Amino acid sequence: MRSVARGRKSKFLGIVDLVCLEATVEVFSWTFLVCNAFQLFPSKGRGHMIDNSINLVIGGEAGQGLVTLGQILAKALVREGYSIVVTQSYQSRIRGGHNTYTIRVSHEEIRAPKERIEVLVALDEETVLLHEKELSPEGIIIVNEASKISGGSRLQVPLRKLGSGKFYNVAALGVIGGLLGIGQECIGRTLDDFFGQHDKTLIDNNRIALAKGFGWMSAHPEAVRKLPPVRISRPHLAMDGNEAIALGAMSAGLKFFAFYPMTPATSIAVNLAACAERMGLIVEQAEDEIAAINMAIGASFAGAPSMVATSGGGFALMTEAVSLAGMTETPVVIVVSQRPGPSTGLPTRTEQGDLEFVLHAGHGEFPRAIFAPGTVEDCFHLTRKAFEIAEDSHGPVFLLTDQFLADSYRSVDPFKLEELSQVNTCTASVMPEGIYKTYAITDSGVSPRLFPGISSGCVQARRSEQLVVADSDEHSENGHLTEDLAVRKIMVEKRLRKLEVIRKQVVPPELTGDDQADLMLVCWGSTKGAVLEAASRLPAQGANVATLHLSQVWPLVPELLLKPLEAARRVVCVESNATGQLARLIHRETGFSIERRILRYDGLPITPEFILRELEVS
Amino acid sequence: MVAIEDYGNYETAWCPGCGNHSILVAVKNALVSLELEPSQVLFVSGIGQAAKAPHYLKANVFNGLHGRALPVATGAKLSNTSLNVIVESGEGCSYGEGGNHFLAAIRRNIDITMIVHDNQVYGLTKGQSSPTSMEGFVTKTQPTGVVSSPFNPIAVAVTIKAGFVARGFSGRIDHLSGLIRKGISHKGFSLIDVLQPCVSFNKVNTFGWYNQRCYELPPDYNPFDWAEAISVSQEFGERIPIGVIYQNDRPSFEDHFAVLGKGPLAMQDVNLEALEEIVRSYG
Repeated sequence: MRSVARGRKSKFLGIVDLVCLEATVEVFSWTFLVCNAFQLFPSKGRGHMIDNSINLVIGGEAGQGLVTLGQILAKALVREGYSIVVTQSYQSRIRGGHNTYTIRVSHEEIRAPKERIEVLVALDEETVLLHEKELSPEGIIIVNEASKISGGSRLQVPLRKLGSGKFYNVAALGVIGGLLGIGQECIGRTLDDFFGQHDKTLIDNNRIALAKGFGWMSAHPEAVRKLPPVRISRPHLAMDGNEAIALGAMSAGLKFFAFYPMTPATSIAVNLAACAERMGLIVEQAEDEIAAINMAIGASFAGAPSMVATSGGGFALMTEAVSLAGMTETPVVIVVSQRPGPSTGLPTRTEQGDLEFVLHAGHGEFPRAIFAPGTVEDCFHLTRKAFEIAEDSHGPVFLLTDQFLADSYRSVDPFKLEELSQVNTCTASVMPEGIYKTYAITDSGVSPRLFPGISSGCVQARRSEQLVVADSDEHSENGHLTEDLAVRKIMVEKRLRKLEVIRKQVVPPELTGDDQADLMLVCWGSTKGAVLEAASRLPAQGANVATLHLSQVWPLVPELLLKPLEAARRVVCVESNATGQLARLIHRETGFSIERRILRYDGLPITPEFILRELEVS
Repeated sequence: MVAIEDYGNYETAWCPGCGNHSILVAVKNALVSLELEPSQVLFVSGIGQAAKAPHYLKANVFNGLHGRALPVATGAKLSNTSLNVIVESGEGCSYGEGGNHFLAAIRRNIDITMIVHDNQVYGLTKGQSSPTSMEGFVTKTQPTGVVSSPFNPIAVAVTIKAGFVARGFSGRIDHLSGLIRKGISHKGFSLIDVLQPCVSFNKVNTFGWYNQRCYELPPDYNPFDWAEAISVSQEFGERIPIGVIYQNDRPSFEDHFAVLGKGPLAMQDVNLEALEEIVRSYG
């Protein structure tokens, strides 16, 4: 593994965390201290970030089961109809280190993380020391019994007695559930789903510990602060960005996926591998990233819609083959889940530092498309779109995401699967008259596609005129290498014409707010939620604020960007990198210069508070 | 009936006297003797003079990157198992740049036939040492002679129990053709390392050098005897054994995937029912 991220993640690995939980019971028997009554929902705000959400942070060492605790809680909240945004912060190690699982929850729709903490569940003392200063004045800390740090807003619970042995975390879940007013049955069901429904004893013991946690909390009504009821309760799904990418790919028709493990992309592979048999996919762990993408290209050449997923360093190894996909005109979807570089960088943190890298990766000139999902729903839909564009343009298409979005559980509207199209490479294959030419010159630059051994309409090819020849060398229409420089020129132009095919289907930038705004915040990818929320809070200060979010960062279509940019009085670009890569790209492509940039490059996701603070100093 | 003419006849970019010419003939003969139509065969190659071979016959071809023929072939084979996938490249591409893929393909035991043109020198880049160059071999980039010991592909492949391991010599076309035929027929990974002269850049390991040393393994040699194969695989020098050196019956990689029994992946629709069930699990 390129970087060990700890025994994580998703429901498929819940058992791992359960084991970890057992192993650490003796070390951490925590008790809740007393809490002052606090007001979670003050009617009048102090500062711009008092809002109708609760930010609950579970902190501790890797191996204490905090991710399992967080995931069950997050899923139960979504099942109860609440809107959530999860931020996972962890170190590149399997045990120890400081890790947090943060759930921001609200009865209203939320789309971004926030910094202020209302409930801090401290599985170790370091959590208190590190996060106490982020606690809101009305906040509460749930600490270890043995904690030397006392006083303040602390709640003490005899947790060891409530949940003996490995069930003490489950009792904690009951306490938190009672504190927030989540249905006990809902959490119980979620627990059952998590740990499997076959072990009756386990289920019973879980339920007992959970009930004791809830029971304790109900005996301490002064500490209970219920979440407001959800106004419209509709069924939601709980998933993170990488899960949505896996689902989007499968719904689009993915048939072949190859990978080499690399944080934060690995969970895409984990999810696909878990579904491979049922969905009829081939998921192969390759010997390295070079092999992974070459396999995907080979599979796609032979007709299977294919994808790879990696992060910066792994993608660096893939770049020669990106160029191969461009030259051989082979569709392939490439997910680059960004983390801070250069080199190994911060393996488990987030950044948007690879836009320029992905845009320019691969030698030579060939068309590409780059999508940058802003939400978990986007991860699903844009992965599907990536497959469509790869198929339409016969080349590499990218999905540029990052650790924050990859690991961010959200409440997601269910997808209407039956209404979604799938890439069908068979129906797309057309046998033209005469001898097949892989690179037949066409107006669009896109040549009819056949697969080796398969003729038009996916019938077994038997005739020698249905041979498919692809070459990484410059080639003539029949696919064989050539050094005829006149043909070279024709082929360069043919390939580049396909950019127009991509451009015609480009996802336009999403404008919100007044098109004559005083201030326009420009962003791309995963910073969308934070920017939207920051913008929504600024009118309170009398500003007329608009946002422009790009979920496709290549190709940029100047006409779609210039009108809103030029209409705004002041434009600020918000990015998770140190150099303003989108701002510079916009300047290069449109001539419009965005001088003011809000940039974050400390490895943490951009929050609404971060943007508001930066705007204040500007 | 498949005839040798079905595989075409093309002018090549190879030097007169190059072993590649003979290997091309041996490959064609093997395909014809197996009654394989060009449309049933996919050649995947890398970069180098040997990697151009697929351009000189009529078949499906993917001529990819230097060193990366095996992963492309692996993806294509998994995508459509009915294809007879043959990887053809030189020893630099196969054992140097592509060394990791060579090991991984053997471990997978994917049903691919790998034909390696091995002339112990780099030809296309005009005469540098290759992974199989002998110690002391002098080139313009190794002016004092090669100091690294040569890679023995046969020994490595036998040691990690590749499905089918053979060595041929371009000077014995019929024998070589038989090896290629057996390799293609073998269900699992098959390696055929083919010794060949490079008339332009290797003045040491010439046709005569190989011809003098190569001897065919006797008819009673049992390639299923691993211990014996280990011993034979070490022999390279005054005498060089050619023939099927090692073979086993390991199940091939594709056999582990039920979905591959249903035909090419391109022909299979999304299993909506299964997908809906998966999506529901997120609720």
